[in-house]
Formats: sequence, C-alpha cells, structure tokens
Amino acid sequence: MIHVEGLTKYYDDFCAVDHIDLDIKGGEIVGLLGPNGAGKTTTLRMLTGYFQPSAGDIQVKTHSIYENALAIKRLIGYLPESAPLYKSMIVYDYLDHVARIRGMSGEVKQRRIVELADMCALRGIMHKTIDTLSKGLKQRVGLAHAMMSDPEILILDEPTSGLDPNQIVEIREIIKKIGREKTVILSTHILSEAEATCDRIVIINKGRIIADGSTQQLTASKDGECQIQLGLMGVAAEEVVARLQTVPGVSRAMALGSDTPGIVRCSVVSRADRDIRPDLYAAVKATDWVLVELSQETRNLETIFRELTRE
Amino acid sequence: MRQALLIFSKEFKDYFVSPIAYIVIAVFLIVTGWLFFSTFFIFDQADMRRFFNLLPFVFALVVPIITMRLFSEEINVGSYELLLTLPVTFRDIIIGKFLAAVAFAGAILVPTLSYAIFISAVGDLDWGATLGGYLGAILLAGAYAAIGLFASSLTRNQIIACIVAMVICVTLAIIDQMLFFFPQTILDVITFISASAHFNNIAKGIVDSRDLLYFVSVAFLGLYATHLSMEEK
Repeated sequence: MIHVEGLTKYYDDFCAVDHIDLDIKGGEIVGLLGPNGAGKTTTLRMLTGYFQPSAGDIQVKTHSIYENALAIKRLIGYLPESAPLYKSMIVYDYLDHVARIRGMSGEVKQRRIVELADMCALRGIMHKTIDTLSKGLKQRVGLAHAMMSDPEILILDEPTSGLDPNQIVEIREIIKKIGREKTVILSTHILSEAEATCDRIVIINKGRIIADGSTQQLTASKDGECQIQLGLMGVAAEEVVARLQTVPGVSRAMALGSDTPGIVRCSVVSRADRDIRPDLYAAVKATDWVLVELSQETRNLETIFRELTRE
Repeated sequence: MRQALLIFSKEFKDYFVSPIAYIVIAVFLIVTGWLFFSTFFIFDQADMRRFFNLLPFVFALVVPIITMRLFSEEINVGSYELLLTLPVTFRDIIIGKFLAAVAFAGAILVPTLSYAIFISAVGDLDWGATLGGYLGAILLAGAYAAIGLFASSLTRNQIIACIVAMVICVTLAIIDQMLFFFPQTILDVITFISASAHFNNIAKGIVDSRDLLYFVSVAFLGLYATHLSMEEK
C-alpha cells in the first residue's frame, strides 16, 4: 500500500528524517513512536504531501509523490496535531466545505456528513462555531474531516494529545473501528496508546527507524535473556551470588545495591526459553535465608522505548 | 477550476463573518465619501472623476487589509496544513483566494454606485466614463490584491503582511507624483510602473490595451510570486 524509500528531510542543516525505509500493507494500524522531535510529524507531513522530501521517494499504491501528488492526496485522510481547523466556521459549514472539495455533492454529500456526525458523535454541535469547541470536540471534527472521503489511508498525528481519559478512550475506539478496514498510521509518544491500538509499532529516534514490529515482537526478550530479581534477608551478598551461580540454568548472578538495610538484592540472568524460578526457590529453600522478593523483569514497550531512545 | 471556485466561495463568505469586513467597508465609505463630496459642490461638475482619482491611494491602504489574512492566518493557525493536504493544487488555492479578495473589493464599491445615481439625478453624468472608472477600479483592486496575496504568503504575521503590501501598493500609487526625484532617463519607466497613471486613463473612460495590460501583468506577477513563495515552503 505505502512504500517509502530513503526518505530524508533537512531543515537547513538539521536532518529531521534520515533515510527512512518503510513498507506498510493495507489494513494495518501502524503506530509511529518516538520522543519529541524524533521526526514523527515530519515523516507524516511528507507522507501527506504537505512537505516535499529532501531526498527519497514515497509511493502510495502505484502513485509517486513526485508524479501524482494529487492522486495520493485523494487517497489519504489526514488529521494534523491539535486539529487546526478554520476557527470562524460552523461545524456543519466546515464539513460541507471539505465534502465539496473532496468532490461530493447533493445527496451523497449530505448522507456522508450525517454518517460522520454519528460516527464521531457530532450531532449536538453541528451548529456551533469551531472556535467555541473544546479540544476533544475539535479533535472529533478533525477526525470527521480526515474521514470525509472514506479514504483508504488515514494518517493521524498525535490524535489523543491533550484529551481527557474518557475522550482518549472514545478516539481510540473510533480508530480501532476504522482500522478494521483501512490503513491507519498514527504517531504518538504515549506508549500505552500505541500498545492498545496498533498492530505494528515503528520506533523512530533522531530521524531513523530503530525498531519495527508488533508489540509482542518488540517486547520479546533481548538477546534471548531474561532477568530475575531476588531480595533476601539474613545473608551476605557475596554468599548469595556464589550460591545462585551454581543453580542450573543461571548464566550470571550479580549483587545489586540495596536501599533497605538488612536486605540483599541480587539479579540473576538466565536463558529466556527456560523458567528457572522454581530452581531458584528450591536453592533458597535449602538454606535458612529469608526470601522477601522474587520477580521476573517484564520487558514492556516502555522499557524497550527507553532502552532504544536513551541518549 | 471547481476547487478554485469552492475556495473562492469559502473565502468570500468568510469576509462577511468577521467584523473586520464591515469596519473596512464603513471606513472606506466614510473616507472616500467625505473626501469626494467635501469638494464636489465647489467644483460644480456632475462627474465622478474626483472620486476615482482617490482610489489608487485609498485602495493601496484598503486592499492590503482585505488580503492580509488570506495566507497569514492559515499559516498561523495551522489550517494551511489541512488545506494543502486536501486534493487541491496551489493554483486552485491562489486563484480562489485572489478572486475572493477582488470580489470583496468589488463589494466595497457597490454602495458607491449610489453616488453615481444621485449625481445623475442632479446633473448630466457621463455613464461611459463612470463605468470605465468602475472597470478600472476592479482592475486596480486585482493588481493590489495580487500584491497583497503575495505579501500574505510570506509571513504568518498579518500585520507584517499588511504593511509590506501597503508599502508596495502606496509606492505604485504615488510614484508618478514623485517624478522630480528621479533622473530624466528613467522617467518613462517610472511613469509606466505607476498604477495611478494607468488607472486615471481608464477612469477618464479611455480603455487602452496598454493600461489593461499593465494591471493584468501586475496581477499575474503578484500571483506568480505567490506560487513561488508557496512552493518554497
């Protein structure tokens, strides 16, 4: 559906997007993740044709942005960050204007506006000036704008930023509903959001793609290792490390600094394909140490994200 | 072209939503009405020459106020991004916005038709010259609007857009009265770039292709520069 090759964007000397290659299939919900200033918005803006890339090519279906940008714009519905709509217009007039520009008229246009009003829950605010709407409502009008032509590709730049938790859930529901049939690309720096809505996550940092895959793939343990932390009382750290290293399956054991006096903390690394927690427990049980903590470190998206994007 | 018309109708309606439009109309009518009629009975001539003579200068101040928001506001609010990601070309956008500004300038002139009607009631008005004057006024507004549109496409600040456009338009309007500053050799050139000189010809009722060409060229240059400025972004 979308094929991006060597996409690069310079702002004067600053390289915002650095040779991005990306293939997006139809029907995927792709989350573009990254810290602020990573190049998410710039990438999306190039996809939507608002910015010209400094280098590289974007192909949507069979169209290239250099040859037929207009055809691509017809295929894409776009909601920029914080929905910058025409403030002085009434919601209905605005949607009507967009529908006309999208080439609709008469009965078809009317029906589509009503459909979208229901879908984005805009019925009660159709007569209001956009200026007077709250951020969440504006976002929903923006979403209606993006979906006006029932586009095959929907691009949303931080669709839930600045919304309250209820609104976030509403918007996510809408996105998921659309994502069943359409290709959706959304950018966010809220990790739980990406986890909750996206089939595939692309992490960008400093203009480069540093990770790409489903949440499961990304959170699968790094280098096939898994970490277990233990907290023990009534024993010295060296003794614990020496003992635990002899437990079958343990590849490394090390003492960690303790912040509570009397409690020794240590970390054990093992192969990921084997759960060694029962063995560790048995080893500790054979002594007179007191076990106060035994936990396997779960790698969620947040840890991955921090590992990958840390300076 | 359809897209350009849609943008035109949106922009034209927008003028009448904001209070600025009504303020501009009121100020324009008060200023021109006062300047025109304060000497009208002294000259004791039943024509509108003196009214049209005001236009190059007054429009140089009014048209930039009309055009200043066309791009600057969109760039500032961010709706420019939405506009450009809709299936419209730069040309549609420019033509739509340009026509809206010219149409609004035309709308400002509509109430002044009443001057013509009153004058024709008290004396023998030359309708040919009067209509020529209105035609010239529209052409003049077109040239200024294209300059204003270009200024607006340069910046997100409406005030800057307005002042830049005013400076260029006022220069075109008054440059033929500043001829004594220029060396003899370029006087012809200076006279030719003066909007007032061309406008006054048309306002006399003489529609000469040279004058038409002047206004069309200025408008085209302004719009083309706007196109370049949009591409640059």
